[in-house]
Order: sequence, then C-alpha cells, then structure tokens
Amino acid sequence: LQPLPHAKTSFDPGGELTPEEAITSYNNYYEFGVDKSDPSRNAWRLQPKPWSVAVDGMVERPAAYAFEDLVDFSALEERIYRLRCVEAWSMVVPWIGVPLASLLDKVGVQTGAKYVRFETLADEKQMPGLKWPVVDWPYVEGLRLDEATNPLALIAVGLYGKELPNQNGAPLRLVVPWKYGFKSIKSIVRITLTDVRPRTTWERQNAREYGFFANVNPDVPHPRWSQATERRIGEFGRRRTEKFNGYGELVAHLYQGMDLRQYY
Amino acid sequence: MGVSARALKRYGKPIAFLLLSLPAAWLVANWILAFAGEPHGLGFNPHETSNRFSGDWALRILLGGLALTPLASALGTQKPILFRRMMGLFAFFYVLLHIVSYVWLDLLLDWAALWRDIVKRTYITVGMAAAVALVPLAWTSTSGWVKRLGARRWKRLHRLVYLIVPLALLHFYMMRKGIQAEPLIYAAIFAGLMLLRLPVVRRLFHRTQNRKRPAGLSRP
Repeated sequence: LQPLPHAKTSFDPGGELTPEEAITSYNNYYEFGVDKSDPSRNAWRLQPKPWSVAVDGMVERPAAYAFEDLVDFSALEERIYRLRCVEAWSMVVPWIGVPLASLLDKVGVQTGAKYVRFETLADEKQMPGLKWPVVDWPYVEGLRLDEATNPLALIAVGLYGKELPNQNGAPLRLVVPWKYGFKSIKSIVRITLTDVRPRTTWERQNAREYGFFANVNPDVPHPRWSQATERRIGEFGRRRTEKFNGYGELVAHLYQGMDLRQYY
Repeated sequence: MGVSARALKRYGKPIAFLLLSLPAAWLVANWILAFAGEPHGLGFNPHETSNRFSGDWALRILLGGLALTPLASALGTQKPILFRRMMGLFAFFYVLLHIVSYVWLDLLLDWAALWRDIVKRTYITVGMAAAVALVPLAWTSTSGWVKRLGARRWKRLHRLVYLIVPLALLHFYMMRKGIQAEPLIYAAIFAGLMLLRLPVVRRLFHRTQNRKRPAGLSRP
C-alpha cells in the first residue's frame, strides 16, 4: 500500500485513534464472508487497480471513469471521523479522501436529480462471499443529494496515511460518519444520479430494521437491540451514543421537520 | 463397541468431562488475559466473541446430546447413553456462561437494560425462554429425581429439550444479519437428528442391522 500525500484538517474528534490493526482486521464486508475476520483473510483476491467507475443517470458527463480521474489526488485531505456501526460498536478512523461534492462537480449533476445511488463490485471471482445470498448482490446504497453534497460526506481512498486496504473498501469508498456504518458503501463501481429514491440493500433485506436514512440515533432503537450505547473497539465499558454520531451541528439541518422515528 | 461399560464409566467419563471443559477454560483464561491487558485470543471485540463462543458451544453440546440416542440405536448398544446426563449438564453450563457473558461482561449488570431487552427484543425473549426451560431439566438430572418423579414422568419432562433446541436455534438465526449459513447448518443437523427418531426411519435401521447380524456372527 503506497503512502498518500495529504493535508491535515480540523476534522478530529480528539482522543485516541482506533489501532490500524483493528480497523483493517475487524470488518463487515459480506462480499468476503460474514465473520469479522473473513474480509482481512479473503480480500487479497480483490484487484483494486485498474478500477473503473461507471457514472450515469442525470449527469452532464456520463462515462466509465478511471477512479484516479474522479478523485483529485492533489487535493487529498485527512479526516478523523468517528465510525458507528449499526451493531453498536464504534471506532475512530483517520481517513484520507476528498469531499463527495468534488466528484459530483466533476461529472456535473443535472437539475432535477435528487438522489445519488452507489453500487459495490459484485464479482464472484474476486469475492467468495457472493456465493451465499446473505443479501441481494450487488450491494446498493444511496444518499439524498443534499446529504451527498454536505461537506462531511467523504470519498475515501486512504487510511492511516496509505492507500485503502482491500477489506476497507479499496480503491474508493463512501464515508458518511453521521450515519450507521453500512451506509458507507465500499469498492464503488457505479454512481448514478437519479430523481427516485434508490432501494438500498439493507432496506430491501429488512425495511423494518434498516431504513434509508440510517442516521445514528440513540433514541430510535434497532428492533433487535438498543442503540443508546456503543462499545468503542478497545474499551471494556460502554459509551453513550450521540445523535448523528456527534455531527449534529453539521447535518441536523438536513432533517428539519422530519420525524426521525418514521424516517430512521 | 469393544469398550466395556465399566471402562467407559471409569475412563471415558473423566475424558469427556475434560474435553467438554476445554472451551470454557479457554474462554475464562482469555478473559483474564484481556482484563490484565495481555495479548488474548478474543479479537478486537472480546464481548461479541465471548457471547458468540459460549452460545455456539451451548448449541453444539445440546445437539451432541441429542445425537446420543440415534447413535445408540445405530450401534445397537446403550453405551452412548452413559454420557447423556453429562452432556445435558454441560449444555446448561455453557448457557449459564453465555448469560454471564451477556449480562455481566457485555451489559455491565445494567439490569434495567436487560429487562428492556427481554421484553422488547424478540430474539432475547426467545433465548431467555430456552434458558429458563433448561433449568428444571438440569435440576432434575440426578438419579434421585428420576426415582422421585418416576421414569415415565421424568421422561415426559425431559422431552422439553425438543422445544428448547428449536428456540435456541431461532434465537441464533434471529441474531444474525441477513441470511447466513451457520444457523441454517445447525438447524439442518437438528432436523436430521429428529428424523432419525421417526419410527419409520428407526425401523429401517433395525432391518439393516438384522440383515448384518448373521454376517457378523459368521466372522471367525
């Protein structure tokens, strides 16, 4: 993994970073297996270079882009974000990437587009987990356009100063730290601008448990467990979970007037 | 089986006891290491590992116990039944470990949170029901209780296990995200063990055994 030159930013929650070894060997990436240790064991099969991303739908310049042409590598920045998994564990991760908005600028969003739909690679030769129908493959995620252009939404290409390891979503992935981890889709091969709300993978799998918005919210329990507290990886106790994972100042306005119990 | 029942009682049982204790010993030792800040085998989320590990072993031993009866009729000897009580009690022990892991290590004895979980979360309710139903079985596991209840009533009571295992399997299936293989494999094994109990299947077994026996007898 090559080192990535990057600028430091003020995005830093303070406190300790989760150790690199934990971030790269405790993963949910079902395309490589359902156990937390499966992705780090199996993801060597993934070929992140060369990598092409199909950009289509309501965009000015639809094309198959080499991922290096979508991400401005001279503008990389480090952002230390909290990550809160829907399974009630959390980490603090030093990502390297560019704002998602900069990608959308590059391809030109047409007026009338309301949502961004993302798709993960689904290649059985590279991803042994696809043999089992845990969910409908390929993995699909989506954001409302105003969420996607929020400055907090990041396209990450690196971690801990280097390129992304495969199990963390190489070569490029989404990071939306105010939402549960499953929204931050990995190894993106398609980005579609659309005016209809995409049906996301987990919403399709179980709409009662996983909503389209999936904002971190201690007041809205998952039907199978409470979301009021979380376990930071490396700690024995539990921490209180913060609304919007503590990023409310930057994102709460996006949901003004929405009942977050209904739109979970 | 060439081993005498006496040898099984004298040596087989202590060996089985030791083997069934090993996972628990591993779990406890690793928790001690983890709390001491030493390298341990529980991974980056020790609580999750510990909950799953203890639950997995409870289920495996339960299924192992249910395998003894079909094994006995397949071998044409009652010797496997010698281990049934021990396996049942070990299953109960791993269920207790599972609950200790969840309530003490994971929830940190937050009893209010536990109660909310039991009432609101179906998979916890189901799991707890299975655990509670195991208590009378563990309680009446002694020979004294078999006498006190009478073999017939005791047997009827212990048929509860045919309800407990499906509940435990449901609990396992519900706690996984998406459609995962492992709970289904456990369920398939349970279904297989139940099929072997069907009179039709058992009769088939006996017939093949009867056919085999003369051949066996003619061996020098």
